[in-house]
Amino acid sequence: MKIHEYQAKEIFAKAGIPVPAGEVATTPAEVAAIAQKIGKAVMVKAQVHVGGRGKAGGVRYAENVEAAKVVAQAILGMEIKGLEVKKVLVTTAEDILSEAYVGIILDRVTKCPVIMVSAAGGMEIEDVAKKTPDKIMKLAVDPVLGLRDYQARDLASFLFKDVSQIRQASTIIKKLYDLYWQTDASLIEINPLITNPDAKVIALDAKLVIDDNALDRQPALAAMRDLDAEDPGEIMAREGGLSFVKLEGQIGCIVNGAGLAMATMDLVKRYGAEPANFLDIGGSSNPQKVVTAMRIILRDKNVKAILINIFGGITRCDDVANGLITAISELKPAVPIVVRLTGTNEAAAKKILKAANLPAEDTLDAVVKKAISLAGLGEAEEKK
Amino acid sequence: MSVFINKKTKVIVQGITGRDGSFHAEQMKHYGTNVVGGVTPGKGGSKIAGIPVFNTVADAVKKTGANCSVIYVPPSFAVDAIYEAIDAGIPLVVCITEGIPANDMMKAYLYVKQKGARLIGPNCPGLISPGESKVGIMPGSIVKKGNIGVVSRSGTLTYEAIWALTCANMGQSTCIGIGGDQIIGTNFIDCLEAFQNDSATKAIVMIGEIGGSDEEMAAQFIKKHVTKPVVSFIAGQTAPPGKRMGHAGAIISGGSGSAPEKIAALNAVGVPVAGSPTELPALIKAQIAKFAAKGKKGAKPVKKAAVKKPAKKAGKKK
Repeated sequence: MKIHEYQAKEIFAKAGIPVPAGEVATTPAEVAAIAQKIGKAVMVKAQVHVGGRGKAGGVRYAENVEAAKVVAQAILGMEIKGLEVKKVLVTTAEDILSEAYVGIILDRVTKCPVIMVSAAGGMEIEDVAKKTPDKIMKLAVDPVLGLRDYQARDLASFLFKDVSQIRQASTIIKKLYDLYWQTDASLIEINPLITNPDAKVIALDAKLVIDDNALDRQPALAAMRDLDAEDPGEIMAREGGLSFVKLEGQIGCIVNGAGLAMATMDLVKRYGAEPANFLDIGGSSNPQKVVTAMRIILRDKNVKAILINIFGGITRCDDVANGLITAISELKPAVPIVVRLTGTNEAAAKKILKAANLPAEDTLDAVVKKAISLAGLGEAEEKK
Repeated sequence: MSVFINKKTKVIVQGITGRDGSFHAEQMKHYGTNVVGGVTPGKGGSKIAGIPVFNTVADAVKKTGANCSVIYVPPSFAVDAIYEAIDAGIPLVVCITEGIPANDMMKAYLYVKQKGARLIGPNCPGLISPGESKVGIMPGSIVKKGNIGVVSRSGTLTYEAIWALTCANMGQSTCIGIGGDQIIGTNFIDCLEAFQNDSATKAIVMIGEIGGSDEEMAAQFIKKHVTKPVVSFIAGQTAPPGKRMGHAGAIISGGSGSAPEKIAALNAVGVPVAGSPTELPALIKAQIAKFAAKGKKGAKPVKKAAVKKPAKKAGKKK
């Protein structure tokens, strides 16, 4: 789960990581009031869950209260990568002498949290990583031993020459590492970590992504979820225990298992159509999940046919069949539905479907082709 | 021969009194797995489908001599279940549970390695050696005894591939679902090495998906150490970049870990990649024929020293 910059900065500040003073606002008037309170030049920063806000014009400088209001009018309501800006963070504008990068991410290769630092921070950090990887120092930390003081000093020394700044950065890195564990993060990042004319090291930005699997034991963080910043279908899916990603095609897909769901989408494309979504009903499904899945897919007016592909292991096919019958009687979908159920309790499932007169296919390729033809998208043709 | 499990493997089921645990304990027993016991704290002394239930893993091991445990307990208790199994001396632990926090798994992974045990999963369907034993949730009805080894990061997609093989009359030696999480106990390379050394395995099917670099590393391993034919399928070719597709593992970011990159890495070491799981049987048949024509010897064991994994990078600059 992503949280906003202003929320991450509150967490950073509480942990003792220096951040510029600031407050969040939803209207230009509120922005002006905050700028007034700060009493000097401010930065107005769009709060949306995408990267590249600066490049998109969502982060702007304002000399005074009037300017802050004008800038806020431009940013609030603008779209960045398809997301509407509904909140902005107003902070003190710091004079920047240098920009560094500090990030901690779970690395599946070393199976450790890896700390990455670079003196070349800022908006171009991804280019730096690609073109000049030697400008980035990486350190895999033993999760049991934790981050040792000398390691934090090594990292900080890669960023700064000044002894006081090395000391400040080293403290920040240690606190950031502690926060990584305390918040069950999968990513925690400061970009840029700046120095100002007073030689102070400050986190100008804050990014925190929390492991979805840990939200149950992080109620305070879970409560920071901004429902406004998410697709309503994805919210319904999460509440129903499903994974859903909306896409632009016409074939609605309900599948169990992420790998099979992706393979099913790949086949839809291979036979000449486009998937309308990724939807994984997960394992151990109960019939209600299928009803929720159908409800989510039927919200999408682009959908011309629904393809249900279940290969039962822990999921029992008869559960899915029962859910499907309930969903059809409750929701009365106007689009054709094609089903393929194989695996655990397959025979019982087929009996249920047969009694309800639902067409069932036996193979993956067959069900995909059938869905495309019933969607009125012509005969399925193989694209290589 | 088979990989990791066989008829003699004595299996206990952690979480046997739960909905999934009890259902699959019975399914495993029905398949012919030597299920010798179950564990649920506080339910010791009872029976599930004729299987005796114990309060602790240590107790179960003492009374039954179990050497394998399969875990079906809910995510909040699953890591603890792994530690309990390892501490009771179980050498092979299979964790089916989905939804374990990744940071918990990092520590558990190190512990398992330190104790010299093998963990398969978490968030995996387990493994099955047709005609020998099944540990986990793979449907026994879709497999067939034979000589193809299957290893996969996915669950249901694995079944799809196995079913395609079975329908083409190509049986399997062992099928292993290694799990889709970021931190897993057993990876592609471990399984490729096991299949290479298994005399019952003549060819290998490897099912990957987007995210991470396990497939790319497996390709390098194949080039150096695998003399048997390998074919592959990679899911997620149409997944839009930056979108998270359910699996914690299946994340593409910054253009690395994408399907085209993985396919290119595999093709570069002579591993063909199928366009659909249903094409796997034909592809593997062709690959076996090609290897036979080249006169490559099948079962050349991997030298243990040669496959020794690189030392843990923790604490070192990369």
